[in-house]
Amino acid sequence: MATVEPQQETVVAGAVVAPSVTPQGRRRSETLYFAFRNKKLVAGLSLLVFMLLFAIVGPMLTDYDPFEFYDAFGQPPSKEHWFGTTAPGQDVYAQFVYGLRSSFIVGAVAGSVAAAIGMAVGFAAGYLGGIVDDILSILTNVVLVIPTIAVLIIVSAYLSVGSLLWEALLIGVTSWPWAARAIRAQTFSLASRDFVSLARLSGQGPWRIIVKEIAPNMSSYLFLTFILLFGGSILIAATLDFLGLGPSEVMSLGLMLNVAVSNSALVLGMWWWFIVPGIGITAIVAALYVMNVGLDEVFNPKLRRT
Amino acid sequence: MSRYLARKLSIYLLTFFVAASIDWAIPRLMPGDPINGLIARIQADPTAAQEMHGYYTESFGLDEPLWRQYLNFWLGLAHGDLGPSIAYVGSSVSDLIRAAIPYTLALLIPAIVLSYIAGNRVGALAARRKVLDNTALPVAYVLTATPYMWLALVLAYFLAFRWEIFPISGAYDFALQPAWTWEFARSFLEHWFLPFLTLFLVSFGGWAIGMRNLIIYELEADYANYLQALGAPNRLVRKYAYRNAVLPQMSGLALALGVIVGGALVTEIVFGYPGVGTLIITAITNRDYFLLQGIFLFIIIGVLIANFLVDIAYVIVDPRTRTGLQGS
Amino acid sequence: MSVKVDNLRVYYRTLRGDVQCVDGVTFGIEDGEIMGLAGESGCGKSTLGKSLIRMDGRMQHMEGRVELDGDELPIDDSKAMNRYRFKSVSIVPQYAMSAMTPTRKVGKMIEELLESRGVRFSTVKAELERRLTLVGLSHDVLGMYPIELSGGMKQRTVMVLSTLLNPALLIADEITSALDVSTQKAVAETLVEFRDRGYVKSMMVITHDLAILYQVADTILVMYAGKLAEKAPAEVIIDAPLHPYTQLLISSLPEVGVTYEEQKLTGIPGRPPPLLDPPTGCRFRERCPFAFEKCVEEPPFLEVAPGHEVACWKVF
Repeated sequence: MATVEPQQETVVAGAVVAPSVTPQGRRRSETLYFAFRNKKLVAGLSLLVFMLLFAIVGPMLTDYDPFEFYDAFGQPPSKEHWFGTTAPGQDVYAQFVYGLRSSFIVGAVAGSVAAAIGMAVGFAAGYLGGIVDDILSILTNVVLVIPTIAVLIIVSAYLSVGSLLWEALLIGVTSWPWAARAIRAQTFSLASRDFVSLARLSGQGPWRIIVKEIAPNMSSYLFLTFILLFGGSILIAATLDFLGLGPSEVMSLGLMLNVAVSNSALVLGMWWWFIVPGIGITAIVAALYVMNVGLDEVFNPKLRRT
Repeated sequence: MSRYLARKLSIYLLTFFVAASIDWAIPRLMPGDPINGLIARIQADPTAAQEMHGYYTESFGLDEPLWRQYLNFWLGLAHGDLGPSIAYVGSSVSDLIRAAIPYTLALLIPAIVLSYIAGNRVGALAARRKVLDNTALPVAYVLTATPYMWLALVLAYFLAFRWEIFPISGAYDFALQPAWTWEFARSFLEHWFLPFLTLFLVSFGGWAIGMRNLIIYELEADYANYLQALGAPNRLVRKYAYRNAVLPQMSGLALALGVIVGGALVTEIVFGYPGVGTLIITAITNRDYFLLQGIFLFIIIGVLIANFLVDIAYVIVDPRTRTGLQGS
Repeated sequence: MSVKVDNLRVYYRTLRGDVQCVDGVTFGIEDGEIMGLAGESGCGKSTLGKSLIRMDGRMQHMEGRVELDGDELPIDDSKAMNRYRFKSVSIVPQYAMSAMTPTRKVGKMIEELLESRGVRFSTVKAELERRLTLVGLSHDVLGMYPIELSGGMKQRTVMVLSTLLNPALLIADEITSALDVSTQKAVAETLVEFRDRGYVKSMMVITHDLAILYQVADTILVMYAGKLAEKAPAEVIIDAPLHPYTQLLISSLPEVGVTYEEQKLTGIPGRPPPLLDPPTGCRFRERCPFAFEKCVEEPPFLEVAPGHEVACWKVF
């Protein structure tokens, strides 16, 4: 099963490969029991929550504005500027926490958009089959092969993305294909099950069946897919921002890296300026990926290795 | 087999057609006169601006009807003519790209091949050795979650800036000229290593994780159970499991290409490596649309070709495609 | 006696405790005997079958011994058990359709498997081909990939492979469950043929389908909720069963020629007891129409007629 958008592809190829779809799902208490016992899930979730809190509460802890210049040029971390300052004199901590916010927003929105499109296409192709499947599959394959980064570069170079939401929308609209493919495969196997045939016989329309019978039985799978889309979107956004193609009025971690590199932070040895934003991105995405694996183990006993 | 490949080929041709058309269409879909925007950014004085406007409108072919422009676009493409560059006045886009490609490929090809091989081996090993699984795997997760440009910066900072083991930028020493000499080769390798390492490490993480999960899944498969019931030694079961796990990994390879290409671009930027990445950033900052368009097409073509090569390899490796039955 | 199982207890470890799926089982299989093991799903018959060749991770051997031709089988020691696998004890699994690795040609896989078990392929190749022909497969099968074979062909190939080294005991685990009726008949006949030709000494055919057992089995062992209910020659089980459970099983089978108006098909009301915490006494008590006070005590598995054993107070 192929997937992926930036860097998650092979993670997903392995991680989401074992279909865990059961009509009855697991009993709630048993799932929760496994959930809390699973180290990866707990670790990943804790880190994610920590970063989220950091993003929410962080800005409240500082008076500095991420875009404003202060009278300290390229200073290493100190009492006044916890994460130091940039060469032109901006506060790195402020930039970092606002950047974290942007990352979460972009990840959530882009992930949701990609998930929505992926589900629509995947369900339709998987359940309806026939000519609908053929057309949608061609569409999926075409969009899949085109390297997302290339498309985004071209489009954002011309569109000059103004806001975070536009960026997220753009990313969401280009990163859905692998999700669509994966969902389609799962829908296929579910659609042939008895309870679906039963629903069909009772005269329910296709979309009703999809929403009421199929989707709920894939809920764990859908959730896992969403997590990967979330993480992947953050990475794509960071790359776009790094290339200077993201919204320039909004602080983002990728933008920090962009400015740092163009201001020769590397040769000037201002490690606090570029090491910090990257840690933020890596932490969030790694937390998501590890959570994903943990959840997969919880939902799918085959992967458990006790 | 040929049906499978033919089907893939037609998808790629269709994709190329769609992608190239998007490439052509986008500047023309922007509101307003693209030439004005172009000139405004160049900030030429009014008289020069007038002339430039005329020049660009003509060279863009914007005075012609749309269908004509579209046709010209494809004709130009057939001749390998991607237009003039704005950032590097006087050079053609094709020349610039041609000069940059070897550097990018020098990074990409070894990185893709080595990370794929190494990642798969380590992943398979981790699937059966608990110790390795507990140490290598978390590292792999962190690696795959790391943005390429950031790892590039970290490596550059520690290995080039701090400890000065490797040079910090460029493809070779400024004092040298590209030549088939040991001196140049040595300098080239020194400069090549860190960007290569960046690409290698991040991709490696992804492959290792993927393979490890696939192997675990395969070891639970019916054929594995049957073999073990008949007393087959673990190494035989593992051999078969690996062989089966390679298939989805190969499918993944085709798609991972898009990702690692993106990674190469940003890595080059960090290291000032004169490949396509640096070309892109120049194109973006200078609003050199021709250059961007040309690079985009090149990337698309490159990725499609690579995809097709992987498909051919896949057909060789998966017997199910050869018998004319369900392919990947 | 070829196979002797004495008070075998195999539990399944789960988070909630041990599931007692094989709870004190004693029986024997003679040389040349095909014994059918019948019962509802979840009664432990599959676990019993598997425990004789390879216990999976969660199965635990609690008590009892298994003897094959006088040797004790080390069923709880996977490494030690390997000597016997394939050569003395073999299995035709339920999932025969997917038992062969998709990326290896059938012949190559068989060769590599044999070589890995210390058997030179060249020495058995001729016999392999002979047996393939016997089951109606052409030698070309060896040069094909599993995907090129039909379900029935794969089934037959696996049957040939599993019995290639002439094991003393063959366990056939639900091998007819996924097949249509005519293929079922063919497979059943093949089993008998293998026994008649001496490819296999004794056989344990596990199934929930009594009709198949009537065709192939010499004796039938009926299991219920982890314990043995009745064991007798096949015709006796079918025509004159003693245990209430067996009786209800037989009567719930549809009879050819009988229509619904003439005779309603009844199942056995109720459900088997959970094996996590089984009830004391006879486990069939709740559903048994003949249950009386003595049934709160567990009935022993006794011989009430030559070759006929039952565990039921009503019968004693």
